[in-house]
Amino acid sequence: MNTDDLVTMLATGAGAVAANPAPRRYAVAIVSGALGAGLLMGILLGVRHDLAAALLLPMFWVKLAFVAALAAASLAAVLRLSRPGMPLTWVPGALAAPIVAMGILAAFALLRAAPAQRGGLFFGDTWTSCPFLIALLSAPVFVAVLWAIRGLAPTRLRLAGAAAGLLSGAVGALVYCLHCPEMGAPFIAFWYLLGMMIPTALGALLGPRLLRW
Amino acid sequence: MQRIEQEGKVHPAEERLRKLLIRGLAGDASAYHAFLQELSAHLRAFLRRRLTGMPDEVEDLVQESLLGVHNQRHTYDAAQPLTAWLHAIARYKLVDLMRRRAKHELLSDPLDDEIDFLSASDSEAAEARRDLGKLLDQLPDRQRLPIVHMKLEGLSVAETARVTGMSESAVKVGVHRGLKALAAMIGGGKA
Repeated sequence: MNTDDLVTMLATGAGAVAANPAPRRYAVAIVSGALGAGLLMGILLGVRHDLAAALLLPMFWVKLAFVAALAAASLAAVLRLSRPGMPLTWVPGALAAPIVAMGILAAFALLRAAPAQRGGLFFGDTWTSCPFLIALLSAPVFVAVLWAIRGLAPTRLRLAGAAAGLLSGAVGALVYCLHCPEMGAPFIAFWYLLGMMIPTALGALLGPRLLRW
Repeated sequence: MQRIEQEGKVHPAEERLRKLLIRGLAGDASAYHAFLQELSAHLRAFLRRRLTGMPDEVEDLVQESLLGVHNQRHTYDAAQPLTAWLHAIARYKLVDLMRRRAKHELLSDPLDDEIDFLSASDSEAAEARRDLGKLLDQLPDRQRLPIVHMKLEGLSVAETARVTGMSESAVKVGVHRGLKALAAMIGGGKA
């Protein structure tokens, strides 16, 4: 088949195309992924028993805002990376901002604490399980977000895979906030980030293979 | 494509192509045909300049890029510069080809190359791999028949559904998935 024939074939009966389906696909992916993560948490972990009291503490909301800001910035990243020729512009800054802010908060908390308490602030009680539980809860979101991005056209596959991984990590961490008893800024700045980095690294690793078109 | 890449002011070709594509996306088949036709000439020039060492690959990659543009046309946003979108697709297909070739050259034993060099049937196989018509024959019926009837014979969705005994939505899905599978096959990957 020569190229002119291909052009004719592609144009024949091509029909109208719905404008930009990306936001809808990601909405479906995030909602279903978050439901899956919530279900996993309900079965395996349960919500923290003092959740009602925790809702009154500012640190609970700081933690939630940190994770939500990362989720929003990584959503902006995947939206751009799943369409050819879209520059990232302000997105890297939006990704860095919550991490830097949390890092500053953590540094202040550590500086103000007595030296003997610093270890407790950093390690909390759950540092051995926290990153892995975040990664576990992000798994259903990861699958759903990869489905969404595979229906679009990423051209920087490793970066798109990493952004998809970070988005699923952040949504997983958002759900995990309802279970996690830790309230120390140093703990969150390090172990939460580490947990979200697990699906991010996995996405970067799998992106070139899974997202080809 | 370089001609429409000049920085600063919008080149007339960009504006013309953009209008054709937007009309095409709204369902105007003749505008879409004109868009693809003009695009293939730009793609050919763009790829020929970058594939000077492998002229045989140019037309293959033009076709692969056209399929890519067609299969991903839903990702074009009218607010976005068309050149950036097209260039990203053509570049992606070019990089993909380079990566494939590098991997192939890495994996293949030098001795195998010599055998290939003398073997006429292998070069025929390579030719066949490139013919989209023959690739089309390898698709399963649920994808091949909708493409043959709708895209080659020009039947409507309803007529194709009647001829094949498939539902209308299965016909649409078959065309969509079949063209994606074609793009994957021409790229040497699995559908």
